[in-house]
Amino acid sequence: MHPRSGAADEQVIKLAVLAVGGQGGGVLADWITDVAERNGYVAQSTSVAGVAQRTGATIYYVEMARDTGRLPVFALSPSQGDVDILIAAELMEAGRAIIRGFVTPNRTTLIASSHRIAAVAEKIEPGDGRASSSKVHATAETASKRFIAFDMEKIAADNGSMISASLLGALAGSDALPFTRESYEQAIGTGGRGVKASLAAFSAAFDRARGLAAAPSSKPAEPAIVESAQGTGRVSGPQNLLQGWQALVARIDLMPLAVRDMALRGLRKVVDYQDIAYGREYLDRLDKAVALDSAGHAHVLSIAAAKHLANAMCYDDVIRVADLKTRSTRDRRVRKEVGVKDGSVLQVTEYFHPRIEEFCGTLPAGLGGYIENRPKLAGFLDRRINRGRRIRTDSFAGFAALWLIGGLRRWRRGLLRHKVELAHLDRWYALALGYVPVDYAVAVEILNCRRLIKGYSDTHVRAQSKFDRVLSALDLLKGRDDAADWIRRLREAALKDEKGDMLDGALKTVATLGSSPIT
Amino acid sequence: MAERSFAKEVEKLRLGAGEEFAGEGILAITKALLQCGVGYVGGYQGAPISHLMDVLADAQDILGELGVHFEASASEATATAMLAASVHYPIRGAATFKSTVGTNVASDALANLASGGVTGGALLIVGEDYGEGSSIMQERSHAFAMKSQVWLLDPRPNLPSIVKAVEDGFELSEISNTPVMLQVRIRCCHVHGHFIAKDNKRPPMTVADALDAPRRDTGRIVLPPASFLHEKEKVQKRWPAAVDFITRNKINEFFGSDHGSVGIVMQGGMYNSVIRALQRLGLADTYGDTDVPLYVLNAVYPLIDDEFLAFCEGKQAVLVVEEGQPNYIEQAFAAMLHKAGRGTRLVGKEHLPMAGEYTGQVMLDGIGAFLRAEAPHLLPGEVRAPNKVGDGVDTADLVNVVPGRPPGFCIGCPERPIFAATKLVEQELGKHHIASDIGCHLFSIMPPFELGSTTMGYGLGPASASAFNSPDAKRRSISFVGDGGFWHNGLTSSIGNAVFNKNDGVIVIVDNFYSAATGGQDILSSRAGNRTKSTKHPITEAVKGMGVKWLRHVDRTYDVGKMQDTLREALTTDEKGPKVIVASSECMLNRQRRERPLVDKAIKGGTRVVKPKFGVDEDICTGDHACMRLSGCPSLSVKSLDDPLRDDPVASIDQNCVGCGNCGEVADAAVLCPSFYRADVVHNPSRWDRFLEATRRATIGLLQRRRESRRLVFADA
Repeated sequence: MHPRSGAADEQVIKLAVLAVGGQGGGVLADWITDVAERNGYVAQSTSVAGVAQRTGATIYYVEMARDTGRLPVFALSPSQGDVDILIAAELMEAGRAIIRGFVTPNRTTLIASSHRIAAVAEKIEPGDGRASSSKVHATAETASKRFIAFDMEKIAADNGSMISASLLGALAGSDALPFTRESYEQAIGTGGRGVKASLAAFSAAFDRARGLAAAPSSKPAEPAIVESAQGTGRVSGPQNLLQGWQALVARIDLMPLAVRDMALRGLRKVVDYQDIAYGREYLDRLDKAVALDSAGHAHVLSIAAAKHLANAMCYDDVIRVADLKTRSTRDRRVRKEVGVKDGSVLQVTEYFHPRIEEFCGTLPAGLGGYIENRPKLAGFLDRRINRGRRIRTDSFAGFAALWLIGGLRRWRRGLLRHKVELAHLDRWYALALGYVPVDYAVAVEILNCRRLIKGYSDTHVRAQSKFDRVLSALDLLKGRDDAADWIRRLREAALKDEKGDMLDGALKTVATLGSSPIT
Repeated sequence: MAERSFAKEVEKLRLGAGEEFAGEGILAITKALLQCGVGYVGGYQGAPISHLMDVLADAQDILGELGVHFEASASEATATAMLAASVHYPIRGAATFKSTVGTNVASDALANLASGGVTGGALLIVGEDYGEGSSIMQERSHAFAMKSQVWLLDPRPNLPSIVKAVEDGFELSEISNTPVMLQVRIRCCHVHGHFIAKDNKRPPMTVADALDAPRRDTGRIVLPPASFLHEKEKVQKRWPAAVDFITRNKINEFFGSDHGSVGIVMQGGMYNSVIRALQRLGLADTYGDTDVPLYVLNAVYPLIDDEFLAFCEGKQAVLVVEEGQPNYIEQAFAAMLHKAGRGTRLVGKEHLPMAGEYTGQVMLDGIGAFLRAEAPHLLPGEVRAPNKVGDGVDTADLVNVVPGRPPGFCIGCPERPIFAATKLVEQELGKHHIASDIGCHLFSIMPPFELGSTTMGYGLGPASASAFNSPDAKRRSISFVGDGGFWHNGLTSSIGNAVFNKNDGVIVIVDNFYSAATGGQDILSSRAGNRTKSTKHPITEAVKGMGVKWLRHVDRTYDVGKMQDTLREALTTDEKGPKVIVASSECMLNRQRRERPLVDKAIKGGTRVVKPKFGVDEDICTGDHACMRLSGCPSLSVKSLDDPLRDDPVASIDQNCVGCGNCGEVADAAVLCPSFYRADVVHNPSRWDRFLEATRRATIGLLQRRRESRRLVFADA
């Protein structure tokens, strides 16, 4: 018997769309089918709908061949190593397509939107649980024949349309299918609602894909963090304050170059949080680290200190929240985010749930302590304070209330919360600096552990306990040359889950190590 | 009101002889039913056959003109029992549902129907939800056909073939007095294709005619002695009639050359994948022309001995392509060969996996292996001895990078706050045994909630917790059931059972006004009016009617605090007997579909509209993500700040937020943080709105300027 599929045979073009439920992958598949049929092709599209549509990963599949009057036998689902065009409506879905074998180096044109839709698993980690986009980009480059990737979600949003439109534009622009741009636009035209916006998104993506198709490859769209003194913005205010500020900045200019950027950012944060004097305190503390530091260590200690001292000194108390929520900059940001147009009115509701702890923290240290030491009294007050309060900051009364609380800033130094936080800060900072002569790396890791302390109320308490549990390992690790490494591992474990179960596991491991240094 | 409007599709049902129908497979079947002069259609929605139900529901006018009765059945059992109308009367009827879950529910009625047999054609259209994307246990409908002896058609997956299968099915049913199952796989139901339509036919006898001239025949009723005769009749009369019809009408098809040392037998539904494998092996062209002998079973039960044995004539080996297990067909063929004393080697599950979907790769490997073993001479050299191993792409590390993406609650879903509240209550009172049910609410078993231990079937959530009812227990069980499952059979199987057995557990009925997971079909408790169905029957009334004493109704599930309090009360009250909480809020998917156009219209029209949206103050959010562990909403996500002082990404709410309120409620109920704000935009504000805003902004601006003139202001700080 002679092999069947010969040169005379009509080739079947196989195209798969991997999307996240709700992205409109069905619309895209219908458009592609329509385009094919407009160009004298017979096309067949299939999908697996059902519950996967509810935010899960979904697949749409289209096969097409030139219409010769005979109906080809099309497959109903994509096969590994047998896909010509793979469209991924989100970057990780492109990764999934590669894993599933739908992308072949010598064959598949991979068109992917580089934006991310974080999966639930990525979002619920207390730290940063997001998957690495660069890994997917790197593999996609080698795994595909052509890799066309850019943020098609943004293009769609900018044009007031859905991503299906920009994906179709990218497909058309890639010339992976032998169809004219017009036929694509005609397909959209039949869509009905939102045609104009769709065509705009289509066109923008089309041009972008053309540009990329010309270029050898597309670069990862990783968020680049540019650090420069200019990047830290302007300062304005009354003369005397500005002079005070200049004096502080002058002190930073005396610091090693490597430290200055972080120090300046930290200084801005604490001065913005409290006042010039607080900035001075910050620099006084920071100087201690700088003094102990050396270029040999690339000033890692000082940079970590500059960063975490600022965060520690700017603890999140009621005053800070009230202050931030009553600034004109905040009002502008909300209007921008929500997209309030002229002629429409904005109403903003804030969600507060104060407890006795916050109340006492905002009292003079003596009084606050007095109440906290009397459980009955504290309980009595808590029953009156502890409930959700919704405050309308667009109304004068609501705004004024927060504005006044924000004004307590002036007396902050005398309040209970400040005493507690500063005591904690000094213990931690002293502990860290104490380690510098013994083990520089450990000192740095102790500073970095400040990252663990975040959140409000119960979350904050849990964070504190994680922080303490991690540092509790210091004694166990005494004298080990990999102590710093272990502290880092413990910190990372602590950021993995809510209650710190992974951390406890890691601590058990540490306990079994024994303090004899491995060499 | 279904998730989609099918106005366009309904028009396709009107196509006349010679016109071309273009659309989904399941709609082609719907059109075919009308072309066959069906007298009544019923069924229960569920992927992949929901669209059949939705289109007919929207096609009342056409059905009315033809005198066809359409029933949105209460369950698959109801739908199948309805086919009783074809027992005594020559009326063609069809019932459709998801399989095998629906077939499980239907099997009581199915067995009775099959025993007595039918006069009018009775067709069961089962949407086989098997393989990738399936949401149910992986089983075969084939077993039901065998045990009740109803014929099973499994046509090639293209529109002309499945349309023909509908026509054949009715005739086969009438000639053999046996109900016929038409099995269509999920991708076939959703495949987009074409076929040439025929005119719709008015049923020669309508249900109205039947009611006017009632008939009965004791011999058709399942009761001794008739039932014993039915069993004999099945094998002595109905089976031979079916075999004769299938043979005479060439229901099964032969392709490829009629001589050859090997051949492939397949279920009709597998045909396209087999051809694709042959194409990739270089043994078939684009149109499926091949020299490899193929025997395609469009009827997989009963099997035709003569046809099969004739196909095996002169072949040394035959491959059976049969998806799923047990491999009934392969076993039956093996017996035929053995009894006929034939030497042909029969292979199947040796080369193809016993369990799991026959994907393109599986088929390529299986058929490739078969041919390499039995007929290597057929294969082109490069296929016989492939020299390339894989495509050299290392995806190993990628596997650890790409996160899983299981389905979850939609943006603004009213069920999210119910489970947020449950999680919070468990933080107070400790873990409880939680029984889940079928429906969107089953997503509670996924992160971030991870609530629920079992799912035992539609409407059976509370039933599956009924054993956990002990006087010694310190804690109560919690069970969930959706409004869909509640009306499907939960009212009796779960609620009635709990009342009668004095179950002390807590039952939460998730009421989202629709059968939401299957596409938003109306049910008894739907709150929207429905032209042809009776809605607005409160679940609370039904539950009271069942005798439940402790009943609470939370009519806004987004009130997490109230939800939490109600659950706590239910778990701690001294009252005995079932504690039932009905948690009601409309499915957001359907609500948005209904309201968004109206809102947009109102805004354009200049009416005052308030549109809510949530936001996060990124400088107040500390990036602990506690909120997301109580939400998982697609529009609440993480974003990096361009600030080296901040290590972890902060919460951020995108433009798709519908302002359901869950974020704020959870932040409050769980005492999370003050980062969330709700921004209500008043479109086309009234004079009063504008006056208020002007004065407020003036006074507020005063305070802001006062403070900001006395402090250092850092741009972009």
